[in-house]
Amino acid sequence: MSGFFKSSIGRKVAMALSAFFLMFFLLIHITINLISVFSEDTFNTVSHFMGTNPLIQFGMQPVLIFGVVFHFVLGFVLELKNRKAVGVSYARNNGGANSTWMSRNMVYSGAAILAFIVLHFIDFWIPEINTKYIIGDMSGTMEGVEGFRYYEELKHKFEDPFRVGAYVIAFVFLALHLLHGFTSAFQSMGVTAGRKKGLQNLGKAYSIIIPLGFIFIALYHHFNH
Amino acid sequence: MNLTLKIWRQKGPQDKGRMVDYKVNDISEHMSFLEMMDVLNEQLVNSGDEPVAFDHDCREGICGMCSLYINGQAHGPDRGITTCQLHMRMFNDGDTITIEPFRAKAFPVIKDLVIDRMSFERIQQAGGYISVNTSGNTQDANNIPISKHAADEAMDAAACIGCGACVATCKNSSAMLFVGAKVSQFALLPQGQIEAAERVLNMVAQMDLEGFGNCTNIGACEIECPKGISLDNIARMNRELMKASLK
Repeated sequence: MSGFFKSSIGRKVAMALSAFFLMFFLLIHITINLISVFSEDTFNTVSHFMGTNPLIQFGMQPVLIFGVVFHFVLGFVLELKNRKAVGVSYARNNGGANSTWMSRNMVYSGAAILAFIVLHFIDFWIPEINTKYIIGDMSGTMEGVEGFRYYEELKHKFEDPFRVGAYVIAFVFLALHLLHGFTSAFQSMGVTAGRKKGLQNLGKAYSIIIPLGFIFIALYHHFNH
Repeated sequence: MNLTLKIWRQKGPQDKGRMVDYKVNDISEHMSFLEMMDVLNEQLVNSGDEPVAFDHDCREGICGMCSLYINGQAHGPDRGITTCQLHMRMFNDGDTITIEPFRAKAFPVIKDLVIDRMSFERIQQAGGYISVNTSGNTQDANNIPISKHAADEAMDAAACIGCGACVATCKNSSAMLFVGAKVSQFALLPQGQIEAAERVLNMVAQMDLEGFGNCTNIGACEIECPKGISLDNIARMNRELMKASLK
């Protein structure tokens, strides 16, 4: 089986498996974020649970970080390998005649998402790790805020119109990435995705609804506080 | 019609190569693209120049030799055809047509528009066959029951002529449509299933060794394939390889 993952098809499968994991994670992420629109208290409770539960913090979180790093590192490695396989470029190439922009530019939409993840880590993850594991404050509270601090922090982050703008642009790239990536992952796993209209429609729905949901949440908090 | 042709000229495998402009006049719209190339070569020979080297053989869409990349598309701006089936009526008077060889590291240029596609042959030799002795003891094909669906799919996969348009059009220079078709045509039939695991492992290993790129499921190969080979064959090859690796 180790030989399988060294083959070109094995690497496609590895990309697809990490993509499935990340797409599942996006579902969990948006579910929790949507709670912030409906109930401040529930959002705080869920955030505190996710931020302090040892199984999530020391089990799921490292797996997630590995999944993200694995997906983009393998993606870039395969892109470089593919460019090497091409050799001399065409003087004239009409890519639009037979394929979508999204499918041809996964590396660029992926790079935009990666840039967003870096920003997102600086915004939320690093301060969180600093508070909990460097300062050692696991209470989930802060001065001047009644109850947990998570909702307050969220509100504060989305006050900045430039940050909201960057998030919205990143989610557009996420949609473009998913519009090809969703069905591509299934195809890599051996599913004849081209014949399955239901799967294609599910892919389109997922690729548009999830990023739109994130955009809605960012705009909601920007304009409501 | 009068045309300007921008053609890739390369003296040999070591030459760097360059695009050269030519003018051809009074081209009939009823000519095939290769006939237009013949007119150009006649013109070049008459003026003492080196004719443009390009591959061709059957000129009826079966052999897969004519491997030109025309105006940014493998086999030019039409669907389901090889270059010899492309007609000049697809172009307009005064057009500039760019003609390049199929590009891929695994398809090195031999001269001008002629490329070396032996990498496909080596992939075939790695497993694209069944080890059946057919000398005198062949049984009636109807003795082996095969579903209509499987027979149709195997026939569709076997329609691949190995022209390399899939590789040429793929932004990754991937050969997975070709290999997928060759794996599928046998994997779908009882005669091929006996060696299915060994076949897919060897053919994929050879494909990787030849330096073809990774498929990213763009689907351009399926669109440009003159024989309409479906991406389903790549999915089937992926399944076959997963199955074979688990054995």
